[in-house]
Amino acid sequence: MQLLVQVIFVLIAAEIVGAAVMVVTAKNIVHAALWLIASFCGVGALYLLLEAEFLAVVQVLVYVGAISILMLFAIMLTRHVTGKGAETSLYQRWWVGLIVAAVLFAAVIAPTVLAHPWETATAAPALPGETGQPAAMAGIVDLGRAFVEEYLLPFEIAAVLLLVGLVGAIVIAFEERAARRHIPTLAEEVAHRRQPE
Amino acid sequence: MHIVIIFLQVLITILAVSTGFAYLTLFERRMLARFQNRVGPNRAGPWGIFQPLADAVKLFFKEDIIPSAADKGVYLLAPALAVIPALIIWAVIPMGCWNIAGDYQACFAAPGADGAGFYNILQIADVNIGVLYLMAVTSIGVYGITLAGWASNSKYSMLGGIRSAAQLISYELALGTAILGAVMMADTLSTREMVFRQAGLWFAVPQFLAFVVFLISATAELVRTPFDLVEAEQELTCGYNTEYGSMKFALFFMSEYVKMIALSAIGVTLFLGGWHFPGLKLLGEVVSGAAGAGVATVVVGIVSLLSFLLKVLVLLFLLVWLRASWPRVRYDMLMSIGWKWLLPLAFINVVVTAVVVGLAPEMNPLVQGIILLIIGVAVLWGATFLSEKQRSNLKVAAKAAVAPTGGRQ
Repeated sequence: MQLLVQVIFVLIAAEIVGAAVMVVTAKNIVHAALWLIASFCGVGALYLLLEAEFLAVVQVLVYVGAISILMLFAIMLTRHVTGKGAETSLYQRWWVGLIVAAVLFAAVIAPTVLAHPWETATAAPALPGETGQPAAMAGIVDLGRAFVEEYLLPFEIAAVLLLVGLVGAIVIAFEERAARRHIPTLAEEVAHRRQPE
Repeated sequence: MHIVIIFLQVLITILAVSTGFAYLTLFERRMLARFQNRVGPNRAGPWGIFQPLADAVKLFFKEDIIPSAADKGVYLLAPALAVIPALIIWAVIPMGCWNIAGDYQACFAAPGADGAGFYNILQIADVNIGVLYLMAVTSIGVYGITLAGWASNSKYSMLGGIRSAAQLISYELALGTAILGAVMMADTLSTREMVFRQAGLWFAVPQFLAFVVFLISATAELVRTPFDLVEAEQELTCGYNTEYGSMKFALFFMSEYVKMIALSAIGVTLFLGGWHFPGLKLLGEVVSGAAGAGVATVVVGIVSLLSFLLKVLVLLFLLVWLRASWPRVRYDMLMSIGWKWLLPLAFINVVVTAVVVGLAPEMNPLVQGIILLIIGVAVLWGATFLSEKQRSNLKVAAKAAVAPTGGRQ
């Protein structure tokens, strides 16, 4: 059982990493977006493997269902329709980027790896669900309570950050609209045409 | 053993849904014909019941074409991406309650009882985040259409694809927020418990406002007629599926109709009491007294399934009726309906539900339901009034813009 889980984990991890590599190397930008979706789905599967059902579904709902489709939409609206534009996706000194990314990743992951009390016991954990009822786990109620009690400040800060992004996007959109030529409505056009007489 | 049962459940569900799709097309064509004073397809077999078969054969034998300038991989991937979400959505929908352990009372027992959901063979997976799963799968359904539009490398398809992406994102929000109201009433995300909580009062009563918003945005999610700008025949020939033929077109067709059944089933599960029917428990008790618990289980199973299907059929009829009676909306109106009316209405519903449920959690469900119903109807009436007023204001403004010149001399 443990071995099976590990094999599945390795397969999913390989899928995530492979898809992520394809995102940055794909020539066609829509293909890159599709690979990104594949990578997101893999992360969702990983959550499912960890029995975090809620997180897995939210991952699919938010990243695959909303964010990626917005990306595709933006690409379709702004790019050349066929998407043959992107020629150089890999730069000459790509290895510099690789090193920077690796160092940053290590800086993030090192405290966790070093401080975590790793369990080396080999005893398999008791499998829940003999009666068919999934074992009770930290559900969405606990998650919701944690958000409004213990982690209220980070939660609110994230919400404000999103709001700022939203307001910023609207401001930029309105500036562009103001700069554009005024397009008269049908009523104005009719009024304008009748004016000379 | 469990794996065999699950495999059979999945197989039967998929076959049933595919057959349902075939006959839904016939149902729709006959109904539309009725609405339009025609006869409809009635040549193949009695009442045209072999028409779907004839259509399938025709589609199978059509030439399969891939446009030379299409993006081949994505072009082939798109129909699959459209069909798969429409099929996997059925995994968490409780289509009835047939307890194979022979204990029909488990169907009516409080959630949390040992394995009640597990032994119900009319629901494939009883996960504790079922409603969220439904939302997630509905939201990935948009890829099939959008990618088909992009990969075909045709301007009509492209326009259809862009429209679909914009439309589906807009209405998903209203849809999700409307569902949120029902979730708050039930205090759970499990579809089985959702149905259990509606044993008395269906959520369509307390969540009337949410139900209306759900129905409208579900129609938009299905890209069906008042909202079918994605495949508007007159402007885009056929929208996203212009370049698709043969079975690949049939897959898009299938995904649209299977989604139509699936969203009706979601509506039934969340708002119309799922498989519950007044007197079902009494029937179980009577049959159990007369012929034993085993027979009662079978009877309850079949009656609950039929009751579920009947409710789904009512919603399907509503969708066909809508298609027969409404013209297509304009694009700017589509956006304004979604963002300026449905989404605020759904938010108001969430706030009202939270206040009413939060202020008096122990209130009698019927009283609570009536209070919420009155508020919901009042809000809807207010919204209708406002939109009428806005429309007449627009008309006045348009007249005023024309008026100064007066009549022509």
